[in-house]
Amino acid sequence: MGTTTSAAAEPAKVKDGPGAPAPGAGRQGRPRGKRSMGVQNAAGWLFSTPFLVLFTVFMAFPILATLLMSFTDFGLRNVTRPWEANFIGFENYTELFGDEKFLKSLFNTAYFVVVGVPLTIALGLVVAVLLNNGIDRARTFFRVGFYAPVVTTIVAVAVVWRFVLDPSDGLVAGLFSEVGLTAPDFLGSGTLAMPSMIAMAVWRNVGTVMVLFIAGLQAIPAEVREAARLDGAGVWQEFRGITVPLLRPTLLYATVITTIGYLNVFEEPFVMTQGGPSDSTLTVSLNMYREGFNFFHMGYASAMAYVLFVVIMGITVLQLRLLKDNTK
Amino acid sequence: MTVGRAPARTAPTGAPRNLRRPLVHVLLSLGLLIMSAPFLWMALSSFKTTSELSASPPVWIPTEWTLANFRELLDKLDLPLYFMNSVIVAVLVTVSNLVFCSMLGYALAKLRFTGRDKIFGVVLGALMVPGNLMLLPLFVLMSKLKLIDSYAGLVLPFAAGAFGVFLMRQFMQSIPDELLEAARMDGAGEWYIFWRIVMPLVKPALATLSIFTFLGSWNNFVWPLIATNDPDKYTLPVALATFATDPNKAGGSNGMLMAGAFLVVLPVLILFIALQRHFTQGIATAGMK
Repeated sequence: MGTTTSAAAEPAKVKDGPGAPAPGAGRQGRPRGKRSMGVQNAAGWLFSTPFLVLFTVFMAFPILATLLMSFTDFGLRNVTRPWEANFIGFENYTELFGDEKFLKSLFNTAYFVVVGVPLTIALGLVVAVLLNNGIDRARTFFRVGFYAPVVTTIVAVAVVWRFVLDPSDGLVAGLFSEVGLTAPDFLGSGTLAMPSMIAMAVWRNVGTVMVLFIAGLQAIPAEVREAARLDGAGVWQEFRGITVPLLRPTLLYATVITTIGYLNVFEEPFVMTQGGPSDSTLTVSLNMYREGFNFFHMGYASAMAYVLFVVIMGITVLQLRLLKDNTK
Repeated sequence: MTVGRAPARTAPTGAPRNLRRPLVHVLLSLGLLIMSAPFLWMALSSFKTTSELSASPPVWIPTEWTLANFRELLDKLDLPLYFMNSVIVAVLVTVSNLVFCSMLGYALAKLRFTGRDKIFGVVLGALMVPGNLMLLPLFVLMSKLKLIDSYAGLVLPFAAGAFGVFLMRQFMQSIPDELLEAARMDGAGEWYIFWRIVMPLVKPALATLSIFTFLGSWNNFVWPLIATNDPDKYTLPVALATFATDPNKAGGSNGMLMAGAFLVVLPVLILFIALQRHFTQGIATAGMK
C-alpha cells in the first residue's frame, strides 16, 4: 500500500496474488485486443469470487432454505437432522392467519410503521430545512447532535429509554412532577407502550432522514430559489413549489428505507418491554424470534419471515409507484 | 462525482429572508436539547447514589458524584471480556469487508467481463433483503458447522456486504480508465493495478466503509444473540441486553444499567464525533441514485 500512481511504471514488482492474471498479457504497445479482454474476463470472475462464495453460502442459500423450511414442521430435533423435517404444504401459512398472536404482531408492526414513518420523515425534513436556512457556523454542531442517536448502540439506547420512561424515577416522570402531574406508566400500559416506543424510534432515526434531506436540499441550484424569490414567492410557496417537488427522489428514498427499518423493528421491544404488556408491543420480528429460537417452531417462524418479507416487498413497490406517479 | 469529497456546493444559502435567524436558532436548540436529553440523563444517572436514583420526584444532577455504579457493574459483569469480543468481531468483519467489497467493486467498476451486469443485479437485490429472512437456516447451518459460540460464526455472515460493494463501485467508477490502461500497457497485472493503484486512490471511501462496517458490527444484536449461548462469547450488546432483561442480575438497578449503557455508548460517540464528516458523506453517497 502507500505507493502512489507512479508505481504503475514498475511492472517488475508485479506480485501474483490470488486474483492476478498472467502478467505477460497486453505487453508494451500491443493494442488492446481479444487477449486483454480475456484477461479482464478471468480477472473479473476471480475478483468476484470471494463475495459470490460468501453471498451464496450465507445469504442465497439461507433465503432459499427459509422458504423450504416454511413448508415443513421443522423443529428442535431438525437442527441436527434437517432432512427429517416433514413437508406439510401450506399448513404453516394457513395456521398463521388464524393465529391471534401473529395477527396482533402484524397489527402492532403496522401501527409502528403508520405512525412512526410520517413522524420521522416530517421531523427530519423540518430539521434539515431549518439547518439549511441561515445557520452557518453552528451547522456542524447541530448536525452532529441530531445524528448522534443514529450511531449509538440500540440495545444501550433502549436500556436508557426504559429508565427515561420509568414512571416513578425516570426523566419524563421528573418533567411531569415539575408541572405538578403524575406520569403514567408508559411502558407498562397497553395503550401507551407502543406510542412510547414510536417516540424512541423517531428520536433515534430523525438524524438519518435529516442527513438525506440536507444532501437533497444542497443539490437544489440556488438560481432556482432566486428565480422564485424574484417572482415574489413567499417562504411557504417556495417550500411547496420548489423544495418539496425537487426533493421527491430524496423523499422517496428516505420513506422506503425508514419503512423497511420499522417493519423489522426488534431490539426496542426486546429490551424495553419483551413484547408486553399483554402482547401490545409484540412485533412480527420479535414474534418470529420467539417462535424460532425460544420454542423452536422453526418451520412456523420461517413462514412468518416470508409473510413479513412479502409485506416489505409489497409496500416498497407500492411506495415506489405512488411517489413516481406523483412526480409526473 | 469526484473521488473523496462530496461536491462542495454548500454555498451558504445567504441570509434567509423571512425565516428569522434567532427563531431558527431557538427551534434547533430546543430540538437539540430533546435529542441529547436521554444521553445526559444516562451520563448523570450513572454517577448518582442509590438513594438519588430512586428519588421521586427524580434528582436531576447528582449532589455527591459516585463511581459505585461502575464498580458494582464491573464486579457483576465482565465488561472487558465482552468489549474484547466486540472489538475482535468488528475488526475481522471490517477488514474482510474492505478487501472483498473493494475487489468486487473494482471488478464491477473497471473490468469488462461476461456476467458483470448480472452480478451487479445480485448486489442490488442483496441490498433489499431483510436480515430476518436468513436467521433460522443460518442458525441451523452454523450449528451443523459447529460454529455457534465461535468468532467465525459471528463474523462469516457479515464478511462481505452488498452496501460495501455498492459504495466501492461508486467511488471506483470515478477513477480515469486511461490510468489503468497505461498500467496495463506497462504490463501490470490486474491484482497489481487493484492493490497498488486503485486502493490507494480510494482511501476516503475505504475510511467511510470502515467506519460504517465497524459500527454496524459493534451495534449488531440479533445475530450475536442467536449465535452465542456461552456467556464468554457474548458481544457487548448481547451481554448488556441479557443483563438488563434478567431481573435476577440487574435487579432493576438503574444505576448499574446506566453505567453499562454509558460504557457501551461512549466509545461510539467519541468515534462518531471525531469522524463525523465521513458519516454524513457515507449516508449521502448511499442515497445517491
